[in-house]
Amino acid sequence: MEFFLVTLLNSLSYGLLLFMLSSGLTLIFSMMGVLNFAHASFYMLGAYFAYQTGLYIGFWPALFIAPVAVGILGAFTERFGLRTVHKFGHVAELLFTFGLAYVVEELVHLIWGRAPVDYRVPASLDFTLFTLFTTQYPAYRGFMMLVSVGMLVALYLLLTRTRIGLVIQASLTHPDMVEALGHNVPRVFMLVFAGGTALAGLAGVIGGNAFITEPGMATAVGSIVFVVVVFGGMGSLAGAFFGSLIIGALQTFSVAFDYSMLDLFHELGIDIPATSGWHGVWSITIAQTAPVLPYLLMVLMLMVRPRGLMGTREG
Amino acid sequence: MTFPRTALLCATLALALCAGAHAEETIRIAFIEGLSGPFANVGEIGLRHYQIAAEAVNARGGVLGGRKLEIVPFDHKTNPQEAQLMFKQAADQGIRYIAQGNASSVALALSDAVAKHNERYPDKSVIFLNYAAVDPALTNDKCNYWHFRFDADGDMKMQALTTYMASRKGIRKVYLINQDYSFGQAVSRSAKAMLAAKRPDIEIVGDDLHPLGKVKDFAPYIAKIKASGADSVITGNWGNDIALLIKSAKDAGLKVDFYTYYAGAAGGVTAFGEAGVNHIKQVTTWHSNIGKAAAEHNAAYRSRFPDVKDDMYYSSVRESVNALVAAMEKAGSADPDKVAPALENLKFEDDSGEVYIRPDNHQLIQPLYVSTLVKANGRDVKFDVEKTGLGFRTDARIEGKDTVMPTTCKFQR
Amino acid sequence: MSEVLTLRRFVFWSGVAAVFIALPLIFSQSFALSMLSQMGIAVMFALSYNMLLGQTGLLSFGHAVYFGLGAFFCAHALNLIGAGRLWFPVTLVPLIGGAAGLVFGLILGFVTTRRAGTPFAMISLGIAEMVAASALMFTGFFGGEGGIATNRQVGKPFLGLSYGPQIQVYYLIAGWLLVSMIAMFALTRTPLGRMANAVRDNPERAKFIGYNTTRVRWLMMSLASFFAGIAGGLAAINYEIVTAETLGLVASGNVVLMAFIGGIGHFWGPIIGAVLVTLLQSALSNYTQAWLLYFGLFFLVIIMFSPGGIANLIALHKPVWTAGLMRRLLPSYGLAAGAGLIMLAGFFALIELIYHYESSEASGAFSYFGIPLDPEGVRYWITNAVVFLVGAALVYGARKVVVRAWEGVTLDMQNKGVV
Repeated sequence: MEFFLVTLLNSLSYGLLLFMLSSGLTLIFSMMGVLNFAHASFYMLGAYFAYQTGLYIGFWPALFIAPVAVGILGAFTERFGLRTVHKFGHVAELLFTFGLAYVVEELVHLIWGRAPVDYRVPASLDFTLFTLFTTQYPAYRGFMMLVSVGMLVALYLLLTRTRIGLVIQASLTHPDMVEALGHNVPRVFMLVFAGGTALAGLAGVIGGNAFITEPGMATAVGSIVFVVVVFGGMGSLAGAFFGSLIIGALQTFSVAFDYSMLDLFHELGIDIPATSGWHGVWSITIAQTAPVLPYLLMVLMLMVRPRGLMGTREG
Repeated sequence: MTFPRTALLCATLALALCAGAHAEETIRIAFIEGLSGPFANVGEIGLRHYQIAAEAVNARGGVLGGRKLEIVPFDHKTNPQEAQLMFKQAADQGIRYIAQGNASSVALALSDAVAKHNERYPDKSVIFLNYAAVDPALTNDKCNYWHFRFDADGDMKMQALTTYMASRKGIRKVYLINQDYSFGQAVSRSAKAMLAAKRPDIEIVGDDLHPLGKVKDFAPYIAKIKASGADSVITGNWGNDIALLIKSAKDAGLKVDFYTYYAGAAGGVTAFGEAGVNHIKQVTTWHSNIGKAAAEHNAAYRSRFPDVKDDMYYSSVRESVNALVAAMEKAGSADPDKVAPALENLKFEDDSGEVYIRPDNHQLIQPLYVSTLVKANGRDVKFDVEKTGLGFRTDARIEGKDTVMPTTCKFQR
Repeated sequence: MSEVLTLRRFVFWSGVAAVFIALPLIFSQSFALSMLSQMGIAVMFALSYNMLLGQTGLLSFGHAVYFGLGAFFCAHALNLIGAGRLWFPVTLVPLIGGAAGLVFGLILGFVTTRRAGTPFAMISLGIAEMVAASALMFTGFFGGEGGIATNRQVGKPFLGLSYGPQIQVYYLIAGWLLVSMIAMFALTRTPLGRMANAVRDNPERAKFIGYNTTRVRWLMMSLASFFAGIAGGLAAINYEIVTAETLGLVASGNVVLMAFIGGIGHFWGPIIGAVLVTLLQSALSNYTQAWLLYFGLFFLVIIMFSPGGIANLIALHKPVWTAGLMRRLLPSYGLAAGAGLIMLAGFFALIELIYHYESSEASGAFSYFGIPLDPEGVRYWITNAVVFLVGAALVYGARKVVVRAWEGVTLDMQNKGVV
């Protein structure tokens, strides 16, 4: 029971962090048709910016400044990079972000070096929130959930209650019509890109110290976010939300299962000798495959339901 | 249209290669290591170790009556195939000694390439100094006469670690968590076998393998360890995988001792910080608080490289250079054909006392230290690690003779 | 098919063969030879990748999977031959890799090619992640961290070829490359090759006139995997070791860069890209730690300003060349090149200064093309920033000159009726 509850909480906080990343990605994708390969790079930049500004002004101001700075960088990327490439088609746009991810990682090496930086959880949040049976639950994880949920609510309100939100929503489904109505769609693109990258930056600020701030962090998280977006359905925020929670839960809970095909065969009364060439393959436990499961899930999803969990259209 | 272009580029390259002629008297060591990409920081640390070791030799007046050592870096980009190419380049330049250590995959590839090279060009033989690749295969099934290892291999370290654990009566339940690749799997295997032999009463309550470098959140693993009731954890994890593991353990309030290989390596202590104090143990060939000579070496490293965050970590680098110099003096020559036999059975002094190279598999035998991460106090824990205020204190010293393992190595001399 | 066998083509391919034969005579150093072998493998891999991206419009981020699997199968085949449990001439071992690539291309391609565009890219990435992760888990087949080592000197020498010396391996690679190049080129002229282009350009229409677009993609994917597998097999023979990195994401990303830098719109594009990238990676990395950064920036510049790659730049000049107007462009190019060099010199110096400032060596001073630089000295920073800015301004100006020259040339060509 203790294990189940603790793992449930862990999966929730992990899933919400994934959502913070995937929401920006899916917004950008549905608006511009660009799958932003460099999205996780903005996540990394968020963490590094927060570390750097935090050195001078502390964590709390950094929590606001870093995402804004990342968003501004995102706006520049869109205005001077993506917009130039736009006329060459989606492949060129995709590859532009792919190359950008390379360059950002090298720039981070250049500026902050290759070793992890000492970006820590602020002392004011470094305590135990509550103790569940015998396991302590750190306050920072609670804070992460709080920020994620807060962002979710803010995003929801922004998209449904404000004028720009309505334009964005309309652009998701009827981009030509929105343009015909006289809205400056390129500017909306820039804003969405900036907003999406700022969300990634925010995720970086709160994820960077919960985990580790180092140059490989973008690559580590990048592909899993893609999985979430594709699994949840490209262009669907709700899909991204449930996709994040499901993938988060899948990765967290599968760790607990030490069962392998060998055990299953054993239950069925078949014993495979250890000398058999396939013994190694069957003895892989579910726990061992945990981090690979999302990819499997994604491939399966695309086979049976190409538009993803809640997607409205095929990419 | 393509090929003239190719030719032009190749010509430029060939010109660049020709420019590498060197004075005859310097003895060059090719340092083939990942110097760009994600593991470059570890590669650079190794390079600094070699530089300071070579400078020390040169300051003493060099080798063989005044010949100087020079370290020539090559970037293998942590890719075994690229490493072979760099080795060929080094051999083309007439370099007869190569050094490498990070990533056993690269070491195995290089060892193989060196063996083939020496077979095909017997008059240009090359010696391979391995300062950190710990795969036991390198001195067992896949051993090679021209390969010399100055770090203790994975099994020797596990031997030391389990010997120490066997002496700790408080240990009842042990949990194994390792990266799912050859090294992690080997740690898990040898830990189970050695603990069963030394302390059959210890129960292995869990044995997890997780993919290398892919786990973002270790909280579920920590929940599992907690549920198992383990009091100690053995892990061969390195890099982020150890740092994340220990951070998660601290967050969840898991009070267990971590028996590790690489907690003290590049960036580890910085990443988990205070979370590890009193609970992180590591097994190494050296650390900065083992004695006066070690303290001097560490201080020299800090004053030579004042701007860097890392500290001296590998004793194996200094040992490899010193052994090479001693063997050259003994052989009276810098020719690898004569130096290799002189290296065999060579006895020399290092910070931990007298060490020697085993003749049957070319493994350096030296004492191993099990140490705990504590706050630096200026007395027995004089030096901290990476300026964190935390350093290692020796718990036990396992003598070299107790780490000698049987070997399956049969050299083709 | 008949058009493939014209006399002109025959002469051309003979010329290519002659170049392949001549290259090692010019570059006989052991390193240069290894480098040429590496290039040959890269060229073949990049060409096979372009069957997907250039011809069928499938952006794959997992092509190294087939290359790597081909390599692993070949390594095991070589070991079996060495153990006397299999009889097979080493010369033909790459075919085993090709077969492995083909089989996995058929299986995995069946799943992935049901979609095109961005979803295909994502699925290929997902599959690549899965295969790369499994490669580390299944140590039996993939050999774990150490990979599978092998020896190419196995079996009886075939026609006097033992494949011990690198030169023989080079000619093996060159031979396979020539055959594969001809085959891949011929494929672009077959109905399947043409259909692939149609599926790339307008899938709806291709479907409408009765073609099964999924099947075309699947076939092209399998064939591309076949050639990737051959390239992988050659890599196994060349390096005599295959590790999990061979089929990893970095390798997959690398081939995307090669194809795109060279130019995916031309058959020759990936060849230029593969040669250039291999050279850059091996040569640059010896001179600067920042090579990955330069490399990434170079890639971005190509995408932003010449998305057709280098091949497209060359193709642009073909009509100018035939019209005999090249010398009208050259002065402006000279100007632009001069300006560009000044800008790059300043830029590289700045980047190197930052690297040396950040990187740890206590003695910060270093030599930059023979000029001493020291990150501790402010004047070096200022001088190079000035050089960079002046160069950038010059480039901006030179750009206008080039555009004007082009306008003149285009006008003349129109008058002459060339365009």
